[in-house]
Amino acid sequence: MLERIIISGFGGQGVMLMGRLLAYAGMIEGKKVAWMPSYGPEMRGGTANCTVLISSNEIGSPIVSHPKILIAMNQPSLDKFEPNVSENGLIVLNDSLIEREVKRNDVKVIRIPADDIANKLGNSRVANMVVLGAYVKKSGVVKLETIFKVLEKTLTGPKQKLIDINKEALKLGAEIVKE
Amino acid sequence: MGEKILMKGNEAIGEAAIRAGCRFYFGYPITPQSELTAYMAKKLLKMEDAAFVQAESEIAAINMVYGAAATGVRTMTSSSSPGISLKQEGISYIACAELPCVIVNMQRGGPGLGSIQPGQADYFQATKGGGHGDYHLIVLAPSSVQELVDLTMNAFDLADKYTNPVMILGDGLIGQMMEAVEFKERKKISLPDKERWALTGCKGREKNYIVPFNLDPYEMEKTNFKIQKKYNELKEKEVRYETINLDNADLIVVAYGTVARIIKTVIDNAKKEGINIGLIRPITLFPFPDKIIAETSEKINKFLVVEMSLGQMVEDVKLAVNGRVEVNFYGRVGGVIPTQSEILNEIKKYLK
Repeated sequence: MLERIIISGFGGQGVMLMGRLLAYAGMIEGKKVAWMPSYGPEMRGGTANCTVLISSNEIGSPIVSHPKILIAMNQPSLDKFEPNVSENGLIVLNDSLIEREVKRNDVKVIRIPADDIANKLGNSRVANMVVLGAYVKKSGVVKLETIFKVLEKTLTGPKQKLIDINKEALKLGAEIVKE
Repeated sequence: MGEKILMKGNEAIGEAAIRAGCRFYFGYPITPQSELTAYMAKKLLKMEDAAFVQAESEIAAINMVYGAAATGVRTMTSSSSPGISLKQEGISYIACAELPCVIVNMQRGGPGLGSIQPGQADYFQATKGGGHGDYHLIVLAPSSVQELVDLTMNAFDLADKYTNPVMILGDGLIGQMMEAVEFKERKKISLPDKERWALTGCKGREKNYIVPFNLDPYEMEKTNFKIQKKYNELKEKEVRYETINLDNADLIVVAYGTVARIIKTVIDNAKKEGINIGLIRPITLFPFPDKIIAETSEKINKFLVVEMSLGQMVEDVKLAVNGRVEVNFYGRVGGVIPTQSEILNEIKKYLK
């Protein structure tokens, strides 16, 4: 098993965190993981992305030119990475911020109204967790409970109070893909 | 056995250095290694008998390392390509004065200010001296975050053992990447006593002198010979490398660091197409693993060196092969990372 994931969005949408939580969860479940941020002269509001690899074997190249999974949190991310997604891949996109249809017809698509759900929860910043919840549930790449565990490990000190709302957002995301 | 944690390469170096007893860090931030400087600031400023200085320049930082090393403590600096160029004078002095220290270079695309994406074009600078005069650094080339940890710890031991500066030669990719790491319990090794040379206050003993010069050329020549002897010893005792699939390979790739990881994926993909690729991955770039390369060239007659440079390590491979077989080269530069498919295409050219 080798999951090659690219997560992309505006700076500030928490795409780096989504990737780190996934990688951490994979590690806890005994898999080999790698996380690579895009780094460069990015500006506030610009796009940011990260690559996550989760594998049952040793990870060779950490460079992913053709992801199996694309998580697009905004339109520029979909524009940039859609052509690269591998055949029969999966695109999970943030329906609240992406109006257009996916052009590819050889990939699966899941649309999650992430910002709308997050706003209903009272914090637009957990939109990333809604999408992560949906992807984790759909793919089964790691258990949702493991992501919860990682949240508890990562959100400490003053951030501890954010654990519940993040869990809630993850659960709501997971519920969407249940049907 | 420690717990596995997820860590960024740059931060993992910092933690490994501290666990290896490094308490004195001097540096100046530069992408893509700034997280290391930040990590040392966060940790060392809270520790007793420790110092962190964000120096006014890279030149100042390496000279602070020089001073700290002279007192016998474990000390480190880090930078990325253009910053490492600035440190060269200091590094040459430290090599001449025979002091132990660790210098980290998370290479980026060059030359000049270059780019901030990964590169491997500082190979010549790292392995052939870099500054003026006949000297070498011990150069270690990690290819995973775990290996960054292990080699950083080894680096301090090697520096002390040979009283010579050690360079960790990584790149922006491995510095920025997060992987699972474990900080293993380290075996105690016996290292030579520093009292014989360190400036620790000479009350009750002979004075120690640390000087990077001797105006008598015959004496200076002796210093050179003495240092050279260490390099010969390093070549005998400290060469490290990894090999994969050397038996029955159709072609041998020689690559280090990040590129070697990409080659491992190429090997798997090539296997599916019935192509058998072997890999020699130097872990020490100085001393260079020339014996294994020479031996392999007696059995397999196709070599390809892949680097994020326009052909640097390939020269050492050619020296080791010594004309027995053809050595080909493929490289990308300026911050561009070669892809697995373009490398495989390159390999196929030589297998026709």
